[in-house]
Amino acid sequence: MASALINVPAKAKRGEIIEIKTLMSHIMETGYRHTATGEVIPRDIITSFTCRFNGKEIFRADLFPAISANPFFTFFTTATESGKFEFEWIGDKGFSETASASIAVE
Amino acid sequence: MLDPTTRRDFLALAGSAAMLAVTLRPAKATPATMASAIRTVVGTAPVKNGKVKLEVPPLVENGNTVPMTVSVASPMAPEDHVLSIHVFNEKNPQPNIGNFYLGPLAGRAQVSTRIRLADSQKIIAIAKLSDGTFWSASVEVIVTLAACTEEPV
Amino acid sequence: MRSSAIAAILLIAAGAAASEIPPGDRRSGFTFMAPDTKAMQNDDTANPAMLWVLDGEALWKKKTGNAGKACADCHGDASASMKGVAARYPAYDKALGRPVDLEQRINSCRADRQQAAPLAYESRDLLALTAFIARQSRGEAITAGDDPQLKPFVEKGRALYSQRQGQLNLACANCHDDNWDKHLAGSAITQGHPTGYPIYRLEWQSLGSLQRRLRACITGIRAQAYDYGAPELVELELYLMSRARGMPMESPAVRP
Repeated sequence: MASALINVPAKAKRGEIIEIKTLMSHIMETGYRHTATGEVIPRDIITSFTCRFNGKEIFRADLFPAISANPFFTFFTTATESGKFEFEWIGDKGFSETASASIAVE
Repeated sequence: MLDPTTRRDFLALAGSAAMLAVTLRPAKATPATMASAIRTVVGTAPVKNGKVKLEVPPLVENGNTVPMTVSVASPMAPEDHVLSIHVFNEKNPQPNIGNFYLGPLAGRAQVSTRIRLADSQKIIAIAKLSDGTFWSASVEVIVTLAACTEEPV
Repeated sequence: MRSSAIAAILLIAAGAAASEIPPGDRRSGFTFMAPDTKAMQNDDTANPAMLWVLDGEALWKKKTGNAGKACADCHGDASASMKGVAARYPAYDKALGRPVDLEQRINSCRADRQQAAPLAYESRDLLALTAFIARQSRGEAITAGDDPQLKPFVEKGRALYSQRQGQLNLACANCHDDNWDKHLAGSAITQGHPTGYPIYRLEWQSLGSLQRRLRACITGIRAQAYDYGAPELVELELYLMSRARGMPMESPAVRP
């Protein structure tokens, strides 16, 4: 079970700069830790996060093991028209999750 | 924590033996590997100080979850905007922290996230602008060690 | 660093005998935190613990076990039915004749009503359900320990809290009653009020129960930690919650 918490304003005025916040459940195992018996715990991280608005990329991040567990990002975008934000997280071991949020622009 | 074994070793050896702990873990990033990671992004272009603001608490409560905000003074207009922001560190096992790609539609060149810092160290943020120039800011962060640590569950 | 931390502990051990914190001087662990950590807890869209609350909400509505029942089938809307519940746990269980904590209550409900297997302490599902239920008590005053039947168990918990143990020969009270205004290495000692469990602890990079925190503290004083679910841990939880009586619940809180 992987949950995402997305915070996007439901409404905005045209031209307004809005803040987007995202939280995704993920352990972000660095690949540098060891078990009590000395074996390396294999890396298991999210490597890429993308936010698209009406199909067009507006923000993207490459993640490394130095990003904390349960990755949190806040970023900004200019509200141009009503539509849908789509969020995508991709990572090791076939990790792939999506979420979306709509906005009404007046 | 990034590497409990290293931290335990380090604690046991105490400050005077810090060099030995580094030798035991050659995988650790160094100012040289950080410089090399930066070159991968900027190539041979000069990196100027300025325009970029890198905010990290000066004294960190726990190195596992350090809030970080990078912002760049930019009109974020089609003719003049930030293309990307790259953050590096010098003492984690890897020199890269994150790469963030923006565009003129971002409106404001500002990104926040939470990062891991294995130790007190320098962090550098570099912004690539639409005119091809690179700008940077750096901070020294002090990471305090928790008094009581425990193994992962 | 380690040797200096031990030296600090030994100084504490040599200090005055335990004296309880007057009600007016009680402070939540929140007040000891750096501004950034406080901000993380205060914003539900930035608090990572809310990911577990979200999972817990889904589990609350999900039918499970041989009975094919969801929590919601009996308890309905949690925002009404679970309000204040976490604030009074651990609570007296008539059938067992002793206190049970919220995690044990969830598991007895699973066994008796849902005919489902118990969830292990610190499993994602048990943390999620606990976080979701505890979230409904945010802002409610803690009332745990008010039930007169709990009195002997509160006293047992108090005795354990005051008893020196482990290789460092420390009682909980030596730090959390007598030296809460001081630091141990880089960390504030705090008064040990469990106002926000389950907590998202930055050190864990995860949500965790009060029992996990207690076990870590017991290991820290070099004593053998009780097993998850042990009566001693529940009594300690009960005493700590009764000691925090009247303080507002913050669940799910963030702590360093």
